[in-house]
Amino acid sequence: MNAKDYMAEARGQAAKPQGPVKAAAAKPAAPPPEAKAPEYRHIGKPTRRIDGREVVTGRAAYTQDIKLRDMLIGKILRSPHAAAEVLSIDLAPALALPGVFAALKLAESKVRYAGQQVAAVAAVDERTAEKALSRINVEYKTLPYVVDWEKARDASAPQVRDGKGNVEKFNEYSRGDVEKGFAEADVVVERTYRTAFEIHNPAETHGSVAYWEGDHLVVYDSTQNVHGVRDGLARALKVPAANVTVIKKYMGGGFGSKLGLNEQTVAAANLARETRRPVKILLSRRDNAVCVGYRPSSLQTYKVGAKKDGSLTAFSLVNYASGGVGAGDEVSEPVVDIYKCPNCKVEEFTVFTNTGASRATRAPGHTQGALGLEGVMDELAAALDMDPLELRKKNYSTRNLGDTGLPYSTKGLDTCYELGAKAIGWERRNRKPGDGSGPVRRGIGVATSIWFGAGVPGTLADVVLYPDMSVEVVCGTQDLGTGTRTHMAVVAAETLGLEPKDITVKLGNSDYPWAPLSGGSLTTPSVAPAVRDAALKAVDRLKAVAAARLKVAADDVAMGDRKFFAKSAPEKTVAFADVYRDLRRETPFHGERTGYPGDAYAFNTFGAHFAEVEVNVETGRIRVLRYAAAHDSGQIINKLTAESQVVGAVTQGLSAGLFEERVMDDTTGNPVNPNLRDYKIATSLDIPEITPIFVDVVDTRLNNLGAKGLGEPPRIPSSAAIANAVYNAIGVHVREIPMTPQRVLAALKRKGAGS
Amino acid sequence: MEKNSDKKHPGGVSRRDFIKGMGTGALGTAVLPPLLGQTIATRKGRVPVYDKKTITLTVNGKKASLTVEPNETLLDVLRDRLDLTGAKKVCDRGECGGCTVLLDGAPVYACMYLAIRADGKAVKTVEGLAEGEKLHPVQEAFIEKDGYQCGFCTPGFLMTTSAFLEKNPAPSLDEIKQALSGNLCRCGNYAKIYGAVDTAARKMRGA
Ligand code: FES
Ligand code: FES
Repeated sequence: MNAKDYMAEARGQAAKPQGPVKAAAAKPAAPPPEAKAPEYRHIGKPTRRIDGREVVTGRAAYTQDIKLRDMLIGKILRSPHAAAEVLSIDLAPALALPGVFAALKLAESKVRYAGQQVAAVAAVDERTAEKALSRINVEYKTLPYVVDWEKARDASAPQVRDGKGNVEKFNEYSRGDVEKGFAEADVVVERTYRTAFEIHNPAETHGSVAYWEGDHLVVYDSTQNVHGVRDGLARALKVPAANVTVIKKYMGGGFGSKLGLNEQTVAAANLARETRRPVKILLSRRDNAVCVGYRPSSLQTYKVGAKKDGSLTAFSLVNYASGGVGAGDEVSEPVVDIYKCPNCKVEEFTVFTNTGASRATRAPGHTQGALGLEGVMDELAAALDMDPLELRKKNYSTRNLGDTGLPYSTKGLDTCYELGAKAIGWERRNRKPGDGSGPVRRGIGVATSIWFGAGVPGTLADVVLYPDMSVEVVCGTQDLGTGTRTHMAVVAAETLGLEPKDITVKLGNSDYPWAPLSGGSLTTPSVAPAVRDAALKAVDRLKAVAAARLKVAADDVAMGDRKFFAKSAPEKTVAFADVYRDLRRETPFHGERTGYPGDAYAFNTFGAHFAEVEVNVETGRIRVLRYAAAHDSGQIINKLTAESQVVGAVTQGLSAGLFEERVMDDTTGNPVNPNLRDYKIATSLDIPEITPIFVDVVDTRLNNLGAKGLGEPPRIPSSAAIANAVYNAIGVHVREIPMTPQRVLAALKRKGAGS
Repeated sequence: MEKNSDKKHPGGVSRRDFIKGMGTGALGTAVLPPLLGQTIATRKGRVPVYDKKTITLTVNGKKASLTVEPNETLLDVLRDRLDLTGAKKVCDRGECGGCTVLLDGAPVYACMYLAIRADGKAVKTVEGLAEGEKLHPVQEAFIEKDGYQCGFCTPGFLMTTSAFLEKNPAPSLDEIKQALSGNLCRCGNYAKIYGAVDTAARKMRGA
C-alpha cells in the first residue's frame, strides 16, 4: 500500500464501512474531555501476552512455517535490469524439467526497476524451482535508466514513466501570508535536511501459501490486512470475495510493507489454481530490498520566521521526496499542524526513479518531517538564544492546523514535555549547543510528535459466551506482535469480571468480523472499543439472567468476584458458573466501534522524546546514552506491550538515525546492500536505557475506552530527538540521517568553516 | 539486445554459490576421507565433493538418521525434513541469528552450517528447550518481561541466551549486550530483552 492511501486510512478518511455505523451526534453532548482514568483491574496494567507460550516454544505458526500435504514451492524470476523491454519469455525449458508443475509469465512489455517480477514457477521443492527459474529464457532490450534520485531531477535524465517528466508536484498547502509573516519576523532561519531510503526489513520476509478447496481460495499470508488482501485477491483472480479466505496466524513484522495485496500472493494463488495443489512462495531477503517497498527519501528546506520572544510568524517548506516508480511521502503534516503559526506554505515534489515503489513505512512522512521540523526549531532556538523546550511551549497550539483549525479534543503534549524533561534531566543540557569541550561531547535533545490514531468506526467484534463459562472474542484484525490478542483478552476480561487467560481470542482470519488493516495506529482504538461494546452487551444479558435467578430487577444486579449480586440485598448472590449455564447454548454478542465527533474536534496522539548522546568529535561516532519517551495515546490498554512498542520504535528511530540507508548502484541499477550485513540495523550493543512514559489522557469523546493508537507515535520523533541531541553536543546540526561518522565529521568541518 | 543467460543478480553472488563455496572449502580441509572423487567447479577451481551422505543426529534428545545433500544446510534439514520450524530463516546468510540452534551445547547459525558437518552431533532447537510443559527459565523470563514483539527472532535469542547463561550465570548488562550482539531484533525489543536475560539468569541461579 502506498503512503497516500495509507494516510487516508490513518486519518480516517478512507471509505468507511456503510450500514450499521452510528453517525456521530451532530452536536456532541460535551462530556468531560479529560475524564480521570477509571479504576480498572486489567486495563492500563501490565498483562503478559496470552500467546507467550506459543511463541517461546517455537510452536507459533508463521507463514514461513506452514506446510501442507502435496505443497509445491513457487519462485519468482525477477528482472536484473532497471529498465528494459521484455521481448520474449520462453517457459518451455523450465516446464520440461522433472518436478516442475507450472510456470507463468508475469512481466508486461516493460520492466521499470530491477527486481520487477518476470515469471514464476511451481515445483516439487526449492532446488527444483530454482533450477527451473534458471532455465527460463528471457530476451530483454535494455533501456536507459536512472536510479540516483538527485540525477533523476535533471531534465536530461532518462524518463522513468513514458512521456512524463521525473519530477511532479504532489502536494501544496497554504494559510495566511508567509511573505508578510517573514517581514514581521525578527529572526529568519533557513535550513535543509535530508533523510535516506530506509528498508522495512521485517524479520519474516513476505510470503504466502495458497490452495483451492473447489472454487474457494484459502491463503495463508504474512499480512497486516487480511480483509484487504481478501478483497484484492477476489479482484485479481476474478472470484467472489465470499469465496476467498485469508489467514494470518503469526507474522514476523511488517512495519507497513505488508499492508496491501502482494504480487507473490497472486502468483501463488494462480499457480495453485493451475496445479490444483497448495503453493508456497516466500520472498528472499534480497527481494525485501528491491520489490516490497521502503521509506522514501526526503530533501526538506524549511524557512522559519520568529519574533524575539520566540513567537512564530511564518513557516515555509519545500520538499523533494523519492519513492522510485511510486510516490514519495508528504512530510509536511508536522509543520502544518504542530506549532501555533498563522502563516504557512508548503510545496512538495516527488521524483521518479527506476527503483521499486515505496510503501508506507511506520509513520510515513512524519518521521522525515519531524527530523526537518524539529531540527529547524532547534536551530531557530539557538538563533534566538532560547531554550528549545521553551520555544516549543511558547508556540503550543490547542487547535490543529497551527492553531487555526478545530480544537483538539484532548492534548497531553504539555505533560509529555514536562515528564520527559524531568526523566532525562533537561537542565543538564548545554545552554548553548556545543558548549562542552574535549574529544567526547555530551548533549541532550528533544523532539515532538503528532499523529492520528482515532481508530475506525464500523469495526466489529464478537464476544461469545459458552454455558461451560468459556468465553471467545472474535475479530478479523491482526496481531503483528503489537499484542492485539492480549489487549482483546484484557478488555473482555475487564468487562466480564474474568482474567485475561480465561479468554480465547480468535483473530487473523478474513472470515471473522470486519476490522481495518493493522497500520496507521488504528488497531487498538478500533478493536478494543468494539470488544468492549460486545462485552458490555454480554454483561447486560448475564445480569438479566442473574436477575431471574435472584428474583430481582435486572438493574438491581451488580457484578462481584465471579458472582452476581443484588445491590438491594448484597447477600443474595449467584455464581458466574450458574448464570453462564443458564444461557444453555453459546450466545454471541456483536460489538461495534461507533462514530466520533470528528467535525467538531481534532483527535490526535502526541509525544515528546528526549535523548542524551555522546559524540566523539575525533572519530565522528555517536553513542546514545539515555532516552525518555513520553506519550499521550489516550487510555493505554496493556502497559507491558505498550512499553515494548515504544522501546521498539525508539530503537528503530535510533537505527534509522545512525545507520540505515539503502544505497543504489548507478552502474547496475541494483541496490548495493540488499542484505542485513551491508544494510546496517541497530544491535543490542547500540541501545541505551529507554524510559517509556504514558500520560493517560482518557478521551471519552473518542470511544468507550478513551483509547488512541500507539504504533506509530513513538517512531516519529526518535531520529529527530537524537539528531537534536547531537546538535546540542557538538554545536552543529548534522542535518542528514543516517548520521554516519563521515557526516558528523563533515558537519564539524562545516562548523569550523563557520556556516 | 541481451540474452539473459545468467540469472545471477548483477554484482552479487547467488546464495547457493555462496553456500557451495563455503561447503567445499570446509570439505577440502576438514573432512576429506569419504570423498567420492567427484569434482565440482567453484570460483577457486575444481574441487572434490561428497555425494549424498547419511548422517545421524541427536535432535532434542531423539536420534534421527537421514540422507542429506552435501550442500544442504542444517537449517533446511531441521525445517524441511524434520519439521522443526522453530528456528527461523531470516537472512539465510549468517547475518542475523534468527536460525540459532545449539550444536553440542554451543550456539551456531544453522543457515551457515552444512548438515553433513553435524553428523554425530547433538542438536538442540527451541522446541527442545522446555521439559515437557515446564518452560525453561529463559522462556519464562521472555514472557514475563515481554522480551519480544513479533517473536520471529525469539527462538534465536532464546537459544543464544540459554547457552550464554550456562557459561555465565551472573552476567553484567555489558556482558549481556555483547552476548546478544549476534542476534538481530527488527522489532527493536533489545531494551526489554536485557531485562528478560537478567531475569532468566536470576531464575537459573535460584536468586
Ligand atoms: S537466518 Fe541464519 S543468520 Fe540469519
Ligand atoms: S520480536 Fe520481531 S524481530 Fe524481534
